[in-house]
Amino acid sequence: MSAPKQVATGDRAILPKGARTIPIFVMGKRYDVPETLTIMKAMEFAGFKFLRGAGCRGGICGACPTVYRKEGDYKLYFGLACQTVVEPNMFLAQIPFYPANRAQYDIETIEPLADVVHSLYPELFRCVACNNCTKACPMHVEVLDYVSAIKQGDLARAAKLSFDCIQCGMCASRCMGELPQYHIAQLVRRLFGKYIQPRAQHLQKRVGEIESGKYDAMLSGLEKMNHAELEKLYKEREREPDMVPLGTWMPKDVSHL
Amino acid sequence: MSYTPEMKELIKKVEATRPERVARAKRGENFPALSLEERAVVLGKFHPDYQEEGRRALKVGLDKGLVVPEEVARVMESRSMLRPDKVDLSTPDYDTDILILGAGGGGTSAALMATDAGLKVIVATKLRHGDANTMMAEGGIQAATQECDSPFYHYLDTIGGGHFTNQADLVGALAHDAPLSIAWLESLGMIFNKLPDGRLDCRHFGGSCRKRMQSSGDMTGAEIMRVLRDEARNRRDSISIMEFCPAVELLLDETGKCAGAILYNMETKEFFVTRAKAVIIATGGNGRLHIKGFATTNHYGATMDGVVMSYRAGVGTTCLPSTQYHPTGVAYPEQNVGLLITEKVRGLGAHVLNVDGEQFCFPLEPRDVESAELIKEAMEKSKAVITPTGRYGLWLDSPMIDLIHGEGTVRKELPAKFIQFERHGIDISKDPMLVYPTLHYQNGGIAINADCETVVPGLYSAGECTGGLHGENRLMGNSLQDVITFGRRAGVSAAKYVAGGVELGILTLDHVERFEKELEEAGVTDSIVAPILLPDYSTDEVTARRLAEARQESE
Repeated sequence: MSAPKQVATGDRAILPKGARTIPIFVMGKRYDVPETLTIMKAMEFAGFKFLRGAGCRGGICGACPTVYRKEGDYKLYFGLACQTVVEPNMFLAQIPFYPANRAQYDIETIEPLADVVHSLYPELFRCVACNNCTKACPMHVEVLDYVSAIKQGDLARAAKLSFDCIQCGMCASRCMGELPQYHIAQLVRRLFGKYIQPRAQHLQKRVGEIESGKYDAMLSGLEKMNHAELEKLYKEREREPDMVPLGTWMPKDVSHL
Repeated sequence: MSYTPEMKELIKKVEATRPERVARAKRGENFPALSLEERAVVLGKFHPDYQEEGRRALKVGLDKGLVVPEEVARVMESRSMLRPDKVDLSTPDYDTDILILGAGGGGTSAALMATDAGLKVIVATKLRHGDANTMMAEGGIQAATQECDSPFYHYLDTIGGGHFTNQADLVGALAHDAPLSIAWLESLGMIFNKLPDGRLDCRHFGGSCRKRMQSSGDMTGAEIMRVLRDEARNRRDSISIMEFCPAVELLLDETGKCAGAILYNMETKEFFVTRAKAVIIATGGNGRLHIKGFATTNHYGATMDGVVMSYRAGVGTTCLPSTQYHPTGVAYPEQNVGLLITEKVRGLGAHVLNVDGEQFCFPLEPRDVESAELIKEAMEKSKAVITPTGRYGLWLDSPMIDLIHGEGTVRKELPAKFIQFERHGIDISKDPMLVYPTLHYQNGGIAINADCETVVPGLYSAGECTGGLHGENRLMGNSLQDVITFGRRAGVSAAKYVAGGVELGILTLDHVERFEKELEEAGVTDSIVAPILLPDYSTDEVTARRLAEARQESE
């Protein structure tokens, strides 16, 4: 086999000889781009340099939500530009930011009650259950379901249903009731994490031990050790067995716990 | 996007050799692993960290003579965006107690701690608040919270994993603070995976002696980042977030203290003189420098800005030549390029194969050796598959897993990977994956002590932009703990320094002039302008048509 001719480096795509291109329409303007590229990389191939509209490039930060239609199809589609592959004759626009109301609160003094959430976001009850939010979610979060759970006062259920939210704002952009769904869900998840989910008792105990200075001498001893001493201790470590339930196993040497 | 017809033809070669390979695997036979001597050869010849080619000594600055990757050297020896003698520093546009550069996990943690101490903070970032590598960390965060564990063992695991090259005081600080960080995140309302009684669910990871990996689904970093960001938004009276407005140069005063930075609004192209009593650099990693052309798992803005700016101000580095590569990043489909494929796939028996469907290496060599073997097969032997977008790929024969362990094993053991590829029309229990090594983590960076102080008074740093904590190899779950532990420490240290009374003198950019003079004296004449802020992915054809010599609007 002969040596490969053209090789893409980094995130820059190069069109190999004979590879097919397809037309896409960025805000109505035609560009011919290689098939199999994501919308993000296709736009970069065409010569765009993103300032807004690109972030993690791995489908988790919510910077690149994109709305598109396909030729001859009335439907609106939503996706992340970094995750959605181009299709022939797609008409697309990025929506990197969408304004949404956010309520200020103090996590230390707020009460984890549905009434509190309702009073911070009274617009919750403007929801007409049209389900456009869910249809617009590029993460396939059941947005309407968590909004309904919040209205019904089930904060724990809403926290779980909204967990995959990346806060891109597409739900808010399509909402007839003008709700800022993702901000409300963030508040609910923090209330759940701080007040509803049980606290870790073993963690509180460990924090007390650390603050009492229990490990200070142990750690400063380690910091002064040479390579050979550290390597010896490293090799002598006992390994917690994989299959034992958490909190049940103890090592033979408990002098450093 | 499932495989193209051309790729499907190539897969037939993999299928042709598979029955015989599976039979051998069932007999317990495998491709022979390399001896230590052979490992040294392949590493020396093909691992980017070991190769002389593509690396060179720095010609200027405190670490002059240090051999680093060419791409790193290029930004370390760069010129400023500013012409220092043409900037009026006499009337600052902004004045604050603490200026934080970078709005990921480290910068945001620092901001929260500084405002706890009653100070005013500006956070400047090139993208949006939270667009950072913190957001992308999936696996989890280390902390010795269980009864059978302690900071002592966290210390040992970390320094052993780093081949005993780590900076001791940083490892001590990490092991000490890790449970405090978890308790802090819990009190801010972060959702952890917990057992019904509230016990943190903890798991083993590569190099652990105790189950120490706490997590939040498979989006631990994203959950951390959204909680920290939400809390910062609740403190808008004391924390101003300036998005799309990165620092391009540090400011010192005439006594040599750090005194702020020049911020650059990327949308309006304005520069702002920003005076601050202390500065914290938390600008993250360098994956987007694409060392030797490798793809990366990093976010769009990971261009090493903080190291560049602090180097000009006279701050040295620790472990800078060391970079973490992961052997099996996705090479196809394009939308997943650079993302990780867990070592578990090879652990379950999948072979790594070339374009002819032949095995060429033992699949479970150490990470650095395995990466070198894949690079060798592509570069020296020219036996890689070329993807439709022009990338190297080698086959990772995942369908073997079901044939060895029984139908359904792939789906059961690798659910997230299965779904990730299924979304693009590829069933990894039936068809192999295409992989190639990917840039994962900047092991080295700005030299700090355990209080996040640099050698410049008033200048602090935290997170991936710093060096020493991980030595030459980072363990899973220590990066998220790094940003929380040291982000918090940086905020506390800087606040204490400011509370002690800081009198700033006349602002200067003299250090930049001195650095550029040093460049000139060293005969560096072709240096680029940095921080580069964002990578440029234009094709050569587009670049050519931009006619660099055409008259520009500004002329």
